[in-house]
Amino acid sequence: MSSHYDPTKNISSSAAYPEVSFHHGHADDATFRKKVRKTTILLSIITVIELAIGLAIYTIHKGPNPSDLLVLMFKGVVCILTLAKAFYIVSVFMHLGDEIRNMIMTIVVPLMLFVWFIIAFIADGNSYKNLRNNYDPYFKETTMPTKHHGEKHEAAPAEKSGKE
Amino acid sequence: MSTQSTVHQTKWWSGGKSPFNLEYGKLMMWYFLMSDAFTFGAFLISYGTIRFSQNFWPDPNVVFNAFPGAGHANLPLAFVSVMTFILIISSVTMVLAVHAGHKGDKNGVVKWIAWTIVGGLAFLGCQAWEWHHLITGEHAVLATTIDGNNYIDMIGQNMGGNPWGELADPALAQSALAASSHETLVHLAHEFPKEGMAAASVESLEKMSTTQLAGMVDVAHAHIREKGPIAFGGYFFGITGFHGFHVFSGVVINIVMLIMAQKGIFQQRGHYLMIEKAGLYWHFVDLVWVFVFLCFYLI
Repeated sequence: MSSHYDPTKNISSSAAYPEVSFHHGHADDATFRKKVRKTTILLSIITVIELAIGLAIYTIHKGPNPSDLLVLMFKGVVCILTLAKAFYIVSVFMHLGDEIRNMIMTIVVPLMLFVWFIIAFIADGNSYKNLRNNYDPYFKETTMPTKHHGEKHEAAPAEKSGKE
Repeated sequence: MSTQSTVHQTKWWSGGKSPFNLEYGKLMMWYFLMSDAFTFGAFLISYGTIRFSQNFWPDPNVVFNAFPGAGHANLPLAFVSVMTFILIISSVTMVLAVHAGHKGDKNGVVKWIAWTIVGGLAFLGCQAWEWHHLITGEHAVLATTIDGNNYIDMIGQNMGGNPWGELADPALAQSALAASSHETLVHLAHEFPKEGMAAASVESLEKMSTTQLAGMVDVAHAHIREKGPIAFGGYFFGITGFHGFHVFSGVVINIVMLIMAQKGIFQQRGHYLMIEKAGLYWHFVDLVWVFVFLCFYLI
């Protein structure tokens, strides 16, 4: 095993870093160019669709009675398109798709944390909004049941009897 | 099928080879990028949390509608789409640089890395223009003094305020004109004169009294808004700034790669692995922009 690399002997990359067992068959120029061109066009088309949806959302907002559901659906579609774009960038441009499965999993599996991360924190923000909107500055927490507004005084003796 | 079976027969963990079939530095670049993804993810999710905690959030199409050289034309999404395409194209030139490296084509690497640097600098220039436009461009907002009196104020998008709240009640805005500063009124009377009135020059308006000026402003046309959520500025400048910093460091790394390739250092080493690692970083910058674009400009 040649641990030291001698450039005069061998110019192939496998000699430079012998820990790599096999090299991905780097496609010939024609197929490579075709793949890059295809991915570029795909990314551009997705971006154009995203922009069109963005403008559609703008026109809906400007319109007489904007439909919240329609806007939400459009935003959902844009999110999915963005994930598709991210997939193509990572798998084709960064060549993650060409690596061996074990390697791909060490990157992708930790990213699954984002599923919890996004849901938990967005729900937290939403709950904060609801709490603030329903905030009652005069609310006092107590273990004693309070009389409801408009309730008759009959409740009081019942409570007394309960204590005995 | 035959190549498939050889892959499966390899004893990855028997030592003497990389179990992930990757060179050390490249593997570590992947793990760095994964941790960086969590940093950006945490920033964007915290932005989402604050946004969900607000009853109102500015519409990005209202905030980002300017284009260099287009004056006050309302062009939502136009400039940011230019920025997005610049970054996509610079990502493609980076792919071509990495491919040239595989073939040991020094001139190809130098050419494509140079184009990638041009793309990165163009993106940074766009971002600088956008920041400058947001910070210095002032908009009329309905403000309230401590005593509860309304007046019209002119504010830009900065860390302390945001001029893109909900549209103010026109009657309230009309009554607030009287308490507004002379400077603000001159500006409003110049930009939004009542119908039938010719737009007067700033010099002649400056000589008028505040009451005169207040009578000249077309409040309905001025689209006076309330102040928007303060957090908008912090998140926008913080996250796009952090991304811009990544672009900047990516450009610096690419310049170093360009010089090393030009000097023939990689040729001497016999491989262009460094270009692959720089390429991974550059693609990551593009990847993050895809999400920044989604969170700030599209939804």
